[in-house]
Amino acid sequence: MASVEFADVRKSFGTHPVIKGVDIKIEDGEFVILVGPSGCGKSTLLRMLAGLENISAGEIKIGGQVVNGLAPKERDIAMVFQNYALYPHMTVADNMAFSLTLKRASKAEIEKRVKPAAEILGLTPLLDRFPRQLSGGQRQRVAMGRAIVRDPQVFLFDEPLSNLDAKLRVAMRAEIKELHQRLKTTTVYVTHDQIEAMTMADKIVVMHDGLVEQIGAPLELYDQPANLFVASFIGSPAMNMIKGKLDPSSTLKFKTDNGVELPVAKAPESAKGRALIYGLRPEHMTIVDGGIPAEVVVIEPTGSETQMIMRVGGDLVTGVFHQRINAKPGETVGLSIHAEATYLFDAETGKRLV
Amino acid sequence: MTMTPTAKRNSAFGTMARSNTAVGLFFMLPAAVFLICFLTYPLGLGVWLGFTDAKIGRDGVFIGIENYQALANDSVFWMAVYNTVLYTFIASILKFGFGLWLAMILNEHLPFKSFFRAIILLPWVVPTVLSALAFWWIYDAQFSIISWSLMQLGWIDGPINFLGDPNNARASVIAANVWRGIPFVAISLLAGLQTIPQSLHEAASLDGATGWQRFRFITLPMLTPIIAVVMTFSVLFTFTDFQLIYVLTKGGPVNATHLMATLSFQRGIPGGQLGEGAAIAVAMIPFLLASILFSFFGLQRRKWQQGGQD
Repeated sequence: MASVEFADVRKSFGTHPVIKGVDIKIEDGEFVILVGPSGCGKSTLLRMLAGLENISAGEIKIGGQVVNGLAPKERDIAMVFQNYALYPHMTVADNMAFSLTLKRASKAEIEKRVKPAAEILGLTPLLDRFPRQLSGGQRQRVAMGRAIVRDPQVFLFDEPLSNLDAKLRVAMRAEIKELHQRLKTTTVYVTHDQIEAMTMADKIVVMHDGLVEQIGAPLELYDQPANLFVASFIGSPAMNMIKGKLDPSSTLKFKTDNGVELPVAKAPESAKGRALIYGLRPEHMTIVDGGIPAEVVVIEPTGSETQMIMRVGGDLVTGVFHQRINAKPGETVGLSIHAEATYLFDAETGKRLV
Repeated sequence: MTMTPTAKRNSAFGTMARSNTAVGLFFMLPAAVFLICFLTYPLGLGVWLGFTDAKIGRDGVFIGIENYQALANDSVFWMAVYNTVLYTFIASILKFGFGLWLAMILNEHLPFKSFFRAIILLPWVVPTVLSALAFWWIYDAQFSIISWSLMQLGWIDGPINFLGDPNNARASVIAANVWRGIPFVAISLLAGLQTIPQSLHEAASLDGATGWQRFRFITLPMLTPIIAVVMTFSVLFTFTDFQLIYVLTKGGPVNATHLMATLSFQRGIPGGQLGEGAAIAVAMIPFLLASILFSFFGLQRRKWQQGGQD
């Protein structure tokens, strides 16, 4: 086990920069998830950590040692690939034991390492099968088994769940998290799915366009997003973003560009007069009589909650309600907004003010 | 009233159209005629001629296995068999080695990669007779560029007798055949190499494999099915080679480079002994069959390729 550190890491493909100076510190035993939209450089960063891509500038350290010049096999890391990268001509047991076979480990030694790993992942009855004979979830587990057998300094996961169906994904999510709690190996995990990031990570690194937008614990990112990008990326359904300005008379009132007045808990005087964006999470509103009038556009009941898209003034607002709602599209309901849970962003810089 | 016959004809045609077997046979007819006229008949005729004493201009009579008995005691025939096996064996091994090596180089990220891939095919697309003629000049007893270069370098005193000495001649024709055969092997194996996902190599290098170990444990086993196909074809082409020998040596010196195919032609057409020539050609069949069977078993899907949905 080891800590991992990225210090001003940069990467260009030709003249095209993809990683533009990334600093991340990962503590020993931490489960860190790199999350961001496709093309943000998160996979490239992971591959640089693995040694599969060159580092154009900056330093990557594993356990305090700079690994820039080290070949992948010298870094003592194990990686689970998106397509699993199982060796198709080897049985499950041989796949898991491959690294040991290369080191010419004895049969007894291989057995000693492979067996418990297979046990943990429930692969014991499948050890003699070939990858083609396994289901997606089983292959996923073999890929993890291969990593566990290595007992490496760091585990790397490159979008490991994206080839699985929705139900299996939820199950594997819990399995990976449980595995980490059991092995306590430093883990770096890449995904574009913010739900995966929120549910599994100790620490999330939100990336966008080759830069780190924010680093923090899952709920920290949810409650205190640093900017518009993080606010819109974390949380599902996404945060509502409404353009407008503070009311000149009071910092506690927000006037949307469409003339609707929304409540604000507190705002600095300096925010007055500037173009702002009002951030409101769908779950931070309730339906009351005599609230802000909102016209129902679409209503989606899911059983435990009801999602509703409404028109407030001219802006579309998504709401998630835990009450049963009998409204029909076209009708008007009253909204009560939890003012203390709202955000204000600078429309120009995207930075959060409140 | 006028509708009835039409309706009847329709239904008769309909019955036939609905029978898949009848339609299938009907569509197979052109191909079957083609195969019977141009493959089965000549092959059958060849086998038949092998059992007769046919000469050019004279229908033969059935003489049983007399031709084969004669061949069994014919040292030139056995020399041709030896030459053919040697030629096929050495040329195939060299073609495989160089072809695989070239394929691996071309599979790397090289500048002008597609240019090199195209250029590599040149020996394969040049008509055999033309390249053989070029080799004829290269191996010329007086004007050989190889001899000339080595003499200029001061390594040898006189020109090398490439095609005049039996062993030199064998080596020379094998070299020419290898030069011509490498592109086929290289391009086919390159196609095979490209089906191996990059992530397998990445996973192996993370697992601690060196370059050689990645080749030995990943590339080679995953390439075996393609290697089996390519080498079967390569062996068949080489075993039945005719043009190169016919242009370069015509089987000489003193039959030292006669292959079974050239000997069969030599005896059958210029020599006029159609029956004996046919018998030599038929004698190639067991060898070809053996290599086909070898590949048939080599080609059978391996255990790891079976099962699964994708």
